[in-house]
Amino acid sequence: MMTIVFQLARALVPDSFMSLEKILQDKKPTILQGWFEAILETYPTDTRRFLKNKKDRFKNPVAHEISQGMEGIFDQVISGGSPDEISPFLERVVKVRAVQDFTPSKALAFIFELKSLVRAALAANLKEPQIHEDLLSLERKIDELGLLSLDLYMKCREKIYELRVNEVKNRVGRLLERANMICGIPEREGDPEVCTTDNLT
Amino acid sequence: MAKVGSPEELARIDYSPPKKSWMDIPPEFREGRWCYGSKAKDHAVVGLPNPRAWSPADEDWKLPDNWKEIFLEGMRERLHKYRSFQLFMDICVRCGACADKCHFFIGSGDPKNMPVLRAELLRSIYRGEFTTAGKIMGKLAGGRKLTYDVFKELFYYFFQCTECRRCSLFCPYGIDTAEVTMIGRELLNLLGCNIDWITGPVANCYRTGNHLGIQPHAYHSMLEFFCEEIEEITGILPEPSFNRKGAEILFITPSGDVFADPGTFTAMGYIMLFHYLEGLGLDLTWSTYASEGGNFGFFTSHEMAKRLNAKMYAEAERLGVKFIIGGECGHMWRVCNQYMDTFWEPPKSLETPVSPITGTRFEHAKEHKMIHICEFTADLIKHGKLNLDPSRNDPYRVTFHDSCNTARGMGFFEEPRYVLENIVNHFHEMPESTIREQTFCCGSGSGLNTDEFMDMRMRGALPRANAVQYVHDRHDVNLLSCICAIDRATLTTLTEYWVPDVEVSGVHELLGNALILEGEKKRTMNLRGEEFPWVEEEEEEEVEEAAEEVADEEAAGKAEGEE
Ligand code: SF4
Ligand code: SF4
Repeated sequence: MMTIVFQLARALVPDSFMSLEKILQDKKPTILQGWFEAILETYPTDTRRFLKNKKDRFKNPVAHEISQGMEGIFDQVISGGSPDEISPFLERVVKVRAVQDFTPSKALAFIFELKSLVRAALAANLKEPQIHEDLLSLERKIDELGLLSLDLYMKCREKIYELRVNEVKNRVGRLLERANMICGIPEREGDPEVCTTDNLT
Repeated sequence: MAKVGSPEELARIDYSPPKKSWMDIPPEFREGRWCYGSKAKDHAVVGLPNPRAWSPADEDWKLPDNWKEIFLEGMRERLHKYRSFQLFMDICVRCGACADKCHFFIGSGDPKNMPVLRAELLRSIYRGEFTTAGKIMGKLAGGRKLTYDVFKELFYYFFQCTECRRCSLFCPYGIDTAEVTMIGRELLNLLGCNIDWITGPVANCYRTGNHLGIQPHAYHSMLEFFCEEIEEITGILPEPSFNRKGAEILFITPSGDVFADPGTFTAMGYIMLFHYLEGLGLDLTWSTYASEGGNFGFFTSHEMAKRLNAKMYAEAERLGVKFIIGGECGHMWRVCNQYMDTFWEPPKSLETPVSPITGTRFEHAKEHKMIHICEFTADLIKHGKLNLDPSRNDPYRVTFHDSCNTARGMGFFEEPRYVLENIVNHFHEMPESTIREQTFCCGSGSGLNTDEFMDMRMRGALPRANAVQYVHDRHDVNLLSCICAIDRATLTTLTEYWVPDVEVSGVHELLGNALILEGEKKRTMNLRGEEFPWVEEEEEEEVEEAAEEVADEEAAGKAEGEE
């Protein structure tokens, strides 16, 4: 009974008294859809049609990672999640974008799109002082997200370079562990062969 | 007056790429998306054309003056020589069924990574230079002329295809873009435009016998080193034989198994299996001459693949063996099964492979006289010849990656799975649309497993990684097994970027863990030298038991004294 009364009361409360979080939660599908479409815009026209179809994560892992990541970011941001809580979701998107055909700024610009989408969603409530204030702090949060994404982007790029180095080292890793036994082809014809076999055990 | 946008609209930065026809968008050679150019010294070793210092990032690729002529003549020759190539140039209806099936397109979103467009790069030249309609109507008939920029574009995209053949599976006409890529690469090669990570191994392989230029004594020494490690783990020192004339079987594996982790653990698995079987009548030798199962010539030209492959039969003949067993490798398997006996007449000494342990006759290998080690092992298990303790692999929750060449190339699905079923207790398949014939490439095959290509590799790896992530989340899978040497190296990098909690192994590494050697000591660690998690517990229990015993004895002594 109490629940029904409570729900009734909530339904009667006009939008204007709803919290920022509640309004954004209600408009989540529209905002997320808009956000996803905004990120799609950064891909070539021919690709967008393919990326749009998110039904099968195995056929379209990019859209899956991006949309799942975005949803997580959104939920965390509006409910006041800490950077540690947001990071795993942000990382899902950044990890994909960090190896695609984008400059760093292009890869991360999507974050700031969230601002205009949130503003658009709040258009009717912007005059309310509380909402206005909350919005400003939310926007600050999105700016912080931008900085956080920069850290994550760098982490991905550093990882890429680390992987490169590791591969080169491991290519003959066991051999070097045992002894230096490679005999390379000299750079110029006539040069002596580059062989180091004297420390064979 | 023109409408002025709102401040938000004005502040918005437009990152949409330009809307142009694909023919008008030249590729940008940005780091991470192209492989270093082939080196003059390697060209010289195998006589590849146009040896020179160059880089794909250079404006001038130092092509000969008549480069266009050479290219088009090469194309004409191949259109004539390979009927499939002519067909693939003619029959595509651009239905788009293949478009979203390539891991590079899926992961990158670059439309020219759609197989249909990749092939269209060459097809447009075919139309523009060889067909009347294309010559006259040009773009309208989908034709274009071969220009310097177009040539560079071909290089860029044919070295962004791993020849995995996933696209061909979905084409109603059976068009195999991998074959278009192969021809495309051959044509690029005519002008000396290959990549360092292919020509380097090719030259080394031609000169020293394997991709890394490792000399025979080093090869031998490495295997001895593994034997010592096996002794440490099992208490038994295997003594494999090398270059032994009169042996019944010659074993050839990719050199990656001998020199790079985690392939080395798979090599230890082979050694242990062969040691185990010696008592049952196995008569097998390794070769330090045919010390490379892989064949990067296959990624250069048919001719180069043939040249590098020559040593397999040559060594088989020199040693007088009856058949060859190949180690866990993908492209080696495709070369040996699909091409080897058309490259060369098998030597007379070779016979249809018959397992000396089970008597099974491998009829399907009667032409080329070579079997894959997984077939050999699966047959042994089927006949109950191996004494196995799968619980030693219990720390692993395993899934299996079908390598493109074994799976899609050769329909080789069940044998490795059968072996795995018998050597591990926890096995979980990845989703159906990502395994067997539909398997996703590791993103680094066909000679593209080089470090400077990492961005592109990680894009191409995403579809595979995403399926691994799925079984990791759902079933706690922590080991991705495979039967390909390139995969063992590249999947390790893939998981480290995309699914860091998952390790990579070969199937025979897990077999080595499970195989109970006669007279072995109690195993406390796996082939990687990692202690089994239960060892510490058992030791603690033993200490506790011993302490209890001592306490009991003391108590008994005390009681006696009191009496
Ligand atoms: S063969 Fe593989 S890599 Fe090449 S276009 Fe087809 S799906 Fe892509
Ligand atoms: S599926 Fe076959 S016919 Fe259809 S576009 Fe691709 S290559 Fe052409």
